[in-house]
Order: sequence, then structure tokens, then C-alpha cells
Amino acid sequence: MAKTATRDAYGKALGELGAENSDVVVLDADLSGSTKTAAFAQKYPQRFFNIGIAEGDLIGTAAGLAASGKIPFASSFAVFAVGRAYDQIRASIAYPNLNVKIAATHAGLTVGEDGATHQMNEDIALMRALPNMTVVVPADGAEAAAATRVVALHQGPVYLRLGRPAVPDINGEAYAFELLKAPVLREGEDVAIFACGYMVHLALEAADLLAEQGISAAVINVHTLKPLDTETIIRYARRCRRVVTAEEHSIIGGLGGAIAEVLGEEAPTPMVRIGVRDTFGESGKPAALLEKYGLTSKAIFDAAMKLLGQK
Amino acid sequence: MEDYSKLKAIAARLRRHIINMVVAANSGHPGGSLSAVEILTALYFQLMNIDVAEPSWPERDVFVMSKGHATPVYYAALAERGFFSPNELPSFRAVNSRLQGHPARGKTPGVDMTTGSLGQGLSAANGLALGARLDGQHQRWVYVLLGDGELQEGQVWEAAMTAAHYALDNVIAFVDWNGLQIDGQVNQVMNVASIKDKFAAFNWHVQEIAGHDFGEIFAAVEKAKEAKGRPSAIIARTIKGKGVAFMENQAGWHGKAPSPEQAQQALKELEVE
Repeated sequence: MAKTATRDAYGKALGELGAENSDVVVLDADLSGSTKTAAFAQKYPQRFFNIGIAEGDLIGTAAGLAASGKIPFASSFAVFAVGRAYDQIRASIAYPNLNVKIAATHAGLTVGEDGATHQMNEDIALMRALPNMTVVVPADGAEAAAATRVVALHQGPVYLRLGRPAVPDINGEAYAFELLKAPVLREGEDVAIFACGYMVHLALEAADLLAEQGISAAVINVHTLKPLDTETIIRYARRCRRVVTAEEHSIIGGLGGAIAEVLGEEAPTPMVRIGVRDTFGESGKPAALLEKYGLTSKAIFDAAMKLLGQK
Repeated sequence: MEDYSKLKAIAARLRRHIINMVVAANSGHPGGSLSAVEILTALYFQLMNIDVAEPSWPERDVFVMSKGHATPVYYAALAERGFFSPNELPSFRAVNSRLQGHPARGKTPGVDMTTGSLGQGLSAANGLALGARLDGQHQRWVYVLLGDGELQEGQVWEAAMTAAHYALDNVIAFVDWNGLQIDGQVNQVMNVASIKDKFAAFNWHVQEIAGHDFGEIFAAVEKAKEAKGRPSAIIARTIKGKGVAFMENQAGWHGKAPSPEQAQQALKELEVE
């Protein structure tokens, strides 16, 4: 299967968007080569602003541009965009409900060798807690490209979480992305696997492993973490009676947390959360890190088997 | 000598509103509001190109109250200018009011940018200035008011770099240099001197003026508008609590409401104007 990094798809989509919509402006904080905003910068230098290594100012300047009617995309690594500038996002973007798109790359463990300072595993929790914020985590290149276009037209602040490594293209080129609506990638009856971002293709692999054991697993791609598609989540939890969540993020406050909140109130269901277990990461190759921290198709498979009482 | 009697009368009205608002709320920030009265009066009653009938008119000049706690003077100016009725001012800081403790874009007519967490306003002003430039409106002025204590926030200097780097000559930043912050004198809590040299070192056009003098404010803004290719800082020497003898130069009146008796005394002093 061909592979694409979600940040690459974002950069390409942004370049196309620049031609179609003259209100789109892009800001970066000295990482345009890595966040892939450089393509836009080259094509539309008048609408690109490098703010330097100053994430608070990056977010504040984007807020001002939005207040003047522009559609700013502000990019940096997730750890800096969200961690360094949280209060700026809160006070200057979320509270006034300004139309800024925070497109953060290099989220999660798959940053790899740079280590724990650069591996942001808490950003979904932080962004999800903010009123007015929409949170989107694309699973592959096609979804990242489509989401970039959709959020540009969505009125209000959006956090778009993108990754560093190439991921398998699970959605076709013609993929139609709709905010909120969580696509069911595979139908199943015995266990529902809800995944987002990098973990979606691993959830599909886990479903294959389960099928070999005669277990029918549904796989749902929860690309929009907020607002959450509670209708689909509750429906599949009730149907399958067992839930596994999988995210490249802390098990606190992210996809697993969000689904536990919904199911706890609406449809209590035995569940296991796959994700980073309240710890910092470390340096290493992405694959080695995912293995060490238990973010694998095997871990999802084992969780499902445990819920089914077969392990 | 220009006659500023009309503006002085407005300034006196704003000062009385400030006292009445913080008394009604029994909370709020009188000291740093009273120090900024002449700056706000000059902006809203002479300098800014605005339309109260259409507060979000896209070609208007904009103002960012970076020292967001100075809502009493801000709301008083907006109300007197006609964005909403002065009868609404007593609802300041009350539940269900449009007049939040700190400025909230979208809640209060005439408020261009949400502020309150210090250090963020200049960044937003830069964004507004870049937006105006992209729209080909180089003569849309973006005014911002910073506190002197606020200059301790690192983001102010990130934004100062950005304004100069992008040659945002449509940005005019006032610093309300009243010398006091919550914990005491700015130069003792964390010295920001020399403010003038710092902005100059960041490649800004810098002027120092007497911040309660309308003549000096207008002359400085005129010069700021002529400074091509550079943002302008107007460092305005002011008196915290200006106009109310017992509040003047007292850090204790940064964020405290006077008692009804003290308020009577303050209002009496402000009648004399």
C-alpha cells in the first residue's frame, strides 16, 4: 500500500487552497520545511508570515489576521503550538471564537529520535478541553488533504493534528471528508475498535488478526475528536458490547477519554484504551517506540481478546 | 494654543464613569484606567476613523486594549462615543452583562479584540495590521495600549520584533507609563527601563510624551503616522489614579474599588474639572 505523511498532504492541499482562496494566509515559526508550509510560502510569499521561533506571537498574530477577516493557518510542531502557546490559543483564539486553523505537525511518539521534549502526547486533551475548539486528527494523506480544505471553510477555531511519518493510504483519492461524521471502515459484531490518526491503519490490521480467530471487529475512524460523533459511538458500543480505543496520544483526555466519557453516561461498555500510558516517551526509531509503548496492532488485538474473555 | 476644553470635559466624564463603574461592581481596576483617560479620549473622540452605527465596518481604524484590565476607561469611552448607552455601564462585571471584566470581542459593541491575559495585544495588533496591508489599506491605523508592567511579558518583545520585521508602520503602540504594577513600583518588581531604548533597539520609531496632555498626544500620533517603514511607540508618562488625589501614584488602587464614601470624595474632586 502506498504511503503518505499527513503533513505532506497538508502542505500540498494548502498550496492548492492558496490559489482558490485569497483569504487563506499561513504563519509558521521557523519550521516551514518540516511542517510543509514552505510550498505555500514559495507560491504566495505575500500571504506567508514566518514569525520566527516565537509561538506565542505566532498564535497572537494569527488571531489578529483572523480578526481582520483572513483565514490563517498557523503551523508548528504540536508540542510548541499547543504546549508553548496554550494561553494564547485559549485567550486570543478560542474565547473570541476566531477563525484560526492551528495545523500542528510532529504529534505523538512517531516524532522518534528527538525524544520526549518533542513528542506531544497531551495535545488532544488540551485542545479538546477548550470551548469553541474543533479537533481533527486525520488518519492518512487523503484525509489530511480533504480535512485541510474542509476546515478552511469551517467558521471557527480548529486544531488539525498531523504526523511526521508516512502512513498507509487507507482512504481513496476520492475520499469525502465530513466534519464530525466518523466513517465505519469495517463492519463487525463482536468488538468495536475506535481509532484516530496513526492508529487507524493498525486498527485495520488488528481487525484482520481478529478475523483469523473468527472474531468480527468493527473499525471506526474517529477523525473528529470534537465535536464527537456520539451517535455512531453509542450505536457500535451497543452492537458490539466491547470497545477498544487506539490513539497515538495519552490515554488521559484523548480519544479513549472522550469515548469513556460518552459511554460512561450513555452506554456503559467494557473497554480497553490503547495509547501512551501516562508516561513520557524517549528517543528511538518510531517503530521501536510504538512497540515499546504498546501502540501496535498486536496490542489492539490482545485488548479485544481480553474483552472477549479469550485471553 | 489649541483649545481642548471639549476633550477635557469628555475626559472628566470618563473619570466619573470609571469611579461609578468600579463602585457599582465593587471590583475592577481604577488606577490604570484613570491613567489612560486622555489617551482613550484622544483616540475615540478625535483620532480614530470609526462608525458607531457599524462597529465592524471593515475599513475602520482598530484599537487593541492590551492592558485588558483597563476596561473601566475602555467601556466609558465606547459608551460616551455612542457604541452603547452609558446607562449600561453600571452592569460592568455583573452576570449576564455585555461588559465583561476584561474586553471580549463579540460581546461588547466596539471592542475589536479580546484581551486580559497580559502580553498578547501587540501580537493581535500586528495581525490586524498585516490584514489591513493585505487588503491594500495601508492607512488603516491599528492602535494598541500597553501597560508598563505588561512589558515584562516576553511575548510583547516577540511582537515588537514582528512589527519591525514586517515594517508595520500602521501600528501605533502607546505605553501607559504610570510606573506602578500590582506588587509596587515597576522598577522594583522587575525593572523594564529603559522602555524607550528597548523599543528603539527593536527598530521602532519612539517618542516620549506627557500622557495627560492632549497637545502632546496629537503631535506624537501625527509624527507616528509620518514614520514610514517602522512601527511607532509612544511612551506616555502618566499618573496612576490621575484625577483622584487619594488614588494618585498608589499601587494599592490598581485593582480595588473605593468605598461609597471614598467614591463620593473622588466624584467631588472630578466635578471641579
